[in-house]
Amino acid sequence: MTSSMFQLILMAVVTAATPLILAAIGELVTERAGVLNLGVEGMMIMGAAVGFAGAYSTGSTTLGALAGILAGTLMAALFGFLTIALAINQVAAGLALTIFGVGLSGLLGAGFVGLKRDNPGQIHIPGLSDLPYVGQLIFGEDAFVYATLALVAGTAWFLSRTRAGLTLRSIGDNHQSAHALGLPVRRTRFLACLFGGGCAGLAGAYLTLVYTPFWSPGMTAGRGWIALALVVFASWKPWRVVLGALLFGGATVLQLHAQAASFGLPGQLLSAAPYLATIFALLLLSSGTRRSAAAPAALGQAFIAPR
Amino acid sequence: MKKHLLKIALLSAAALMTASAGFAAEKLKVGFVYVGPVGDFGYSYQHDQGRIAMEKALKDKVQTTFLENVPEPDSDRSIEQLARSGHKLIFTTSFGYMEPTLRVAKKFPGVKFEHATGYKRSDNVATYTAKFHEGRYVIGQIAGKMTKSNIVGYVASFPIPEVVAGINAFMLGAQSVNPDIKVKIVWANTWFDPGKEADAAKALLAQGADIITQHTDSAAPLQEAEKAGKLAFGQASDQARFAPKAQLTSIIDDWSSYYIDRTKAVLNGTWKSKDTFGGMDADMVHMAPYANMPDDVKKMAMETAAAIKAKKLHPFKCPVLDQDGKAVECKDGKALTDAQITSMNWYVKGIDEKLPK
Repeated sequence: MTSSMFQLILMAVVTAATPLILAAIGELVTERAGVLNLGVEGMMIMGAAVGFAGAYSTGSTTLGALAGILAGTLMAALFGFLTIALAINQVAAGLALTIFGVGLSGLLGAGFVGLKRDNPGQIHIPGLSDLPYVGQLIFGEDAFVYATLALVAGTAWFLSRTRAGLTLRSIGDNHQSAHALGLPVRRTRFLACLFGGGCAGLAGAYLTLVYTPFWSPGMTAGRGWIALALVVFASWKPWRVVLGALLFGGATVLQLHAQAASFGLPGQLLSAAPYLATIFALLLLSSGTRRSAAAPAALGQAFIAPR
Repeated sequence: MKKHLLKIALLSAAALMTASAGFAAEKLKVGFVYVGPVGDFGYSYQHDQGRIAMEKALKDKVQTTFLENVPEPDSDRSIEQLARSGHKLIFTTSFGYMEPTLRVAKKFPGVKFEHATGYKRSDNVATYTAKFHEGRYVIGQIAGKMTKSNIVGYVASFPIPEVVAGINAFMLGAQSVNPDIKVKIVWANTWFDPGKEADAAKALLAQGADIITQHTDSAAPLQEAEKAGKLAFGQASDQARFAPKAQLTSIIDDWSSYYIDRTKAVLNGTWKSKDTFGGMDADMVHMAPYANMPDDVKKMAMETAAAIKAKKLHPFKCPVLDQDGKAVECKDGKALTDAQITSMNWYVKGIDEKLPK
């Protein structure tokens, strides 16, 4: 395999994994605070539509990304209001949020269908980006990839090393005790929820700004649901999200390359490979000894303050 | 596809309102049901262009309504809504509407239904589809002339007869001008997922393909080709806006003349349930402007398209050899029959890959 082909394939894997990492890391924080938001797909596609609209109208990729983050955050705020302030069932509200987001994005994005933008391009560091095999892979990705990794590092640090992170986790594990200790359960959950929405919005914007730079209704094509599965796969640990996303994106991309290279494997089986990999990984995880410690104990439970 | 439920409800309400307004004018009310958004610049967009053309051609006599983004499993009530609100002719434009259309048609014997790409008919349900494979033959020839690497990348959706016939017609066209050409096929196993379609195109480009063609619905593969400085063909409608430097041409589904004819038939009282399988001769398939190619290739493509239109050339003219080099049974002597084409589940000679079953 030549150096350029090696990098081409691995870079395609990174591109496929990036939106999954973004959406999943946001949902991970939301879930660690005890809120299960099944509306990732809806928030993501809103980010995709509004992100593209913003970038197209202003001509700036950065402003587009910010618009996408804002759209996802607003969707999450709606979800937060319903489930945290009004204590509505989280599963029902999350599913409704997805249906709502998919519909609303079609409406808002209608005027932007059939338009295209140029790909913002990759970073280039003279010398380093030109190294064989790994140069472009490590030093020549688009800016979103580095931002995503920084976000994961920041999240991992926040959750495990800061007092606020400890507060968030304790609220996710036992909101009644946290409340009794005087911790702000609702406020923390609402903020965690907003963070999840912002990340999902950015993940959507990545699709319309970098991955395939145009807007088309329904183009998230189920990535929000994969992100949800990744959080479980990662057993609520930030860096494992990266691993899972690379595995998932890798299996998808590699099966396409295997087909193109005529390895003679049936396409449907290859398409199922990532899902098989996920099931296998889940099996491995659940056969481990510490599985009960993985999920936040209060996940999905509505908090109503005792009077 | 649970999207746009609200929109459907609003449109249905609008349909009801126009229904009451319509009686005074005594116009024929014609309804359309689309699976995607009219702004998809692909399949549903082309059906809507047909509706607009029909309304223009018969503007004093008809009034049209369309419902977009109608999910297939949940289409009964949308179709019924149209029938209830006084529409006398209803076009349902996706394969998945087949059973719902038949169910609703049973309840409204006075209403005529037209179902696209299906195969089940009744007294008031006709079916129609287009010979997209004729266009595939033309683009195959263009690819045969334009490729330098002799490798063409094909992003396919699902191994159903329509797609397989498309691949075969493409290959036969390509072989007619370039016997050494190879086609590499990647099954994306989706009709629409821009990200995955783009990744499939990337994989094909990495394997040395210098022309990309697709049977999936987004413009992503075309854009990947443009980015890589290679060539490609659009899908379902003219997609040059996405890739002005890469698009050679595009196979365009054109439903205008069919919609005009069938609406006229209802107006004249001559409408009958039947199956229509029209191609270039019926103006149901034609080609987008030829671009990014030298004049001689352009001339060849135009001549081929003209010959197919004049029925002088059949993409599946006999003998057609299967992958093992065995001649396929030629039922009507000169070319494969329509029935053989619409049930195709084998590759022609020259395709090295195995068809997924």
